[in-house]
Amino acid sequence: MEQKTSAPSGHANGSADPSAPAQSGVGTTGHSWDGIEELNNPLPRWWLWTFYACIVWAVGYWFVYPAIPLVSSYTKGFLGWQSRAQIEVDMAELKAMRSGMTTKIEATELADIEKNPELLSFARAQGSAAFAVNCAPCHGAGAQGFKGYPNLNDDDWIWGGKAEDILTTIKHGVRWEQDSNTRSGVMPSFGRDGILNRKEIATVADYVLSLSGLAVDKGADLAAGKTLYAANCAACHGDAGAGNQEMGAPNLSDKVWLYGSDKAAIMERITLGGGGVMPAWSNRLDAATMKSLAVYVHTLGGGK
Amino acid sequence: MSDTHTTSGGKTSVWTKHQVFEKNSIFLLIGILVMISIGGLVEIVPLFYLKSTIEKVEGVRPLTPLELAGRNIYVREGCYNCHSQMIRPLRDEVERYGHYSLAAESMYDHPFQWGSKRTGPDIARVGGKYSDDWHRDHLRNPRSVVPASIMPSYPWLETTALDTSHIDMDMRVLAIEGVPYTKEMIESAASDVKTQGAAEDSLTAPFLKRYPKAITRESGGVQGRLTEADALIAYLQQLGTQVDFKLYDDKANIR
Ligand code: HEC
Ligand code: HEC
Ligand code: HEC
Repeated sequence: MEQKTSAPSGHANGSADPSAPAQSGVGTTGHSWDGIEELNNPLPRWWLWTFYACIVWAVGYWFVYPAIPLVSSYTKGFLGWQSRAQIEVDMAELKAMRSGMTTKIEATELADIEKNPELLSFARAQGSAAFAVNCAPCHGAGAQGFKGYPNLNDDDWIWGGKAEDILTTIKHGVRWEQDSNTRSGVMPSFGRDGILNRKEIATVADYVLSLSGLAVDKGADLAAGKTLYAANCAACHGDAGAGNQEMGAPNLSDKVWLYGSDKAAIMERITLGGGGVMPAWSNRLDAATMKSLAVYVHTLGGGK
Repeated sequence: MSDTHTTSGGKTSVWTKHQVFEKNSIFLLIGILVMISIGGLVEIVPLFYLKSTIEKVEGVRPLTPLELAGRNIYVREGCYNCHSQMIRPLRDEVERYGHYSLAAESMYDHPFQWGSKRTGPDIARVGGKYSDDWHRDHLRNPRSVVPASIMPSYPWLETTALDTSHIDMDMRVLAIEGVPYTKEMIESAASDVKTQGAAEDSLTAPFLKRYPKAITRESGGVQGRLTEADALIAYLQQLGTQVDFKLYDDKANIR
């Protein structure tokens, strides 16, 4: 804390010169620390005026905007400004600004949107923005997918790759129980529920590998695998493993895998069964945005 | 402003008195406390008695015991340091996150989780945006689903069994703070945790009567026991979903 000495005593370095006020023309505060004194300069003019202006501004603000709480209400301000009224105005403005395009998107069939270059480029731009916010965390920023979340660039579709199919998937989700029209169909848990034992699972997994021409273990009994497959799997995945989009059973005869192509991954799938879950978007996104998303996904490269 | 005795004179006497604060740290401290309290009281107290601060809304219910347990974990792990739960009535936020947050939506939150920092996105309406599986993957290791994520991993949540031995006490305290937990709700807390974390059974109907529209689900769990991740996910999945904005009247609640 400050330490007071009645008068600066001349030290060897002579920094505390009693004639300092005379030199600078400004008085001192009278404080002195180890012989160092403090000049008493006034605050700069510009600073002081800015400060006063802020006070005046604040008082004006009280009158113009909602400010002071009262007993049962609050002062509403001369402007009558309300954040919730303002957002209505802002959103209405935004809607009006886009309405030209969004009403066209809403009124046009998906196929016709894709034929119209102007609509297509708007839909792709809107779709790509909505994809980044809502879909990328699962399907990846480039829609390349992750384990369990399908790649949307390729032409291998679990639930159908026509633009209409994609729109249905987006609207109602996949196995999303809160939506009564959601896409549904789950694979039984062959291992966990004891339908097949471990050896049988390994045998049928070898057969599944062979369907897409992947290498199988030397001693694999493909004939036994085929029998097991016909009895347990063909109903959903098809006799030749071509899959079934009605129930979301993937094609097992191509080289595109949702959960991985090694034997362990396939055995795990057969053991656990189940199916991936995607939320329904019809409660979160408006009709035009969902259509734009469908067009965007459809035109990524693999659309049918 | 601090003119001093060296330039003494009648017109500076007020400033001279101010030196009492400038030269005495205890007085200064007390002075600061008084000023901040006035500011705080004027801003905070009216929110308790002004009826117009909380809009009347259908659907907002207290958290279920499982969700409440999840909320405790949310607070314990400090998720609020990076995530806000407050969508402001600004165009860009409404565009990205959905309808702006209503006061009623956090009226049973003690303390509220509005937060003030967004290292990650606002999650006031994250409920229903992702699947449970996604949340599980994301909590275990955010990089497994969002490669550029800087969110920390929370792998212990899915291996730690959920401790619900105090959940009824939490509810009792919240009831004192004004959350409408009934005696029945508090008494069935432990069994409600199990009911919500299991597939449908005979207890599901009374549970849903206590907590309308709560989502029950078969949760993964560790050896049949619910984990901390199950509770946290149940909490996350209801965020922002209680009010049906198809029925909510914006115009009636402009204030
Ligand atoms: C919570 C993660 C998640 C989010 C978010 C998500 N999806 Fe999905 N999506 C999935 C999963 C999982 C599947 C595969 C379901 C299955 O296993 O059958 C899927 C499937 C799809 C399919 C069908 C693919 C096919 O092969 O038939 C499309 C199209 C799709 N998603 C588009 C989208 C779009 C567009 C969005 C954004 C609005 C989105 N998804 C958001 C998880 C998600
Ligand atoms: C009731 C219909 C049904 C039956 C029966 C069924 N599956 Fe499936 N299977 C599915 C569905 C649906 C999926 C997709 C799961 C998902 O999308 O998450 C699937 C996925 C798979 C996958 C993963 C594919 C990938 O791309 O990673 C494999 C492998 C598989 N099944 C093998 C089998 C085998 C082997 C059998 C017989 C033992 C079988 N399935 C029986 C419906 C079925
Ligand atoms: C260091 C800051 C940080 C902390 C702490 C943190 N997060 Fe995150 N979180 C992020 C970031 C950054 C993202 C965006 C990238 C991503 O999705 O991983 C995110 C994304 C999320 C999302 C997805 C939001 C959306 O709409 O896409 C959820 C849900 C989430 N975090 C939950 C949590 C929970 C629960 C906790 C506490 C256990 C937590 N976070 C702690 C930074 C953080």
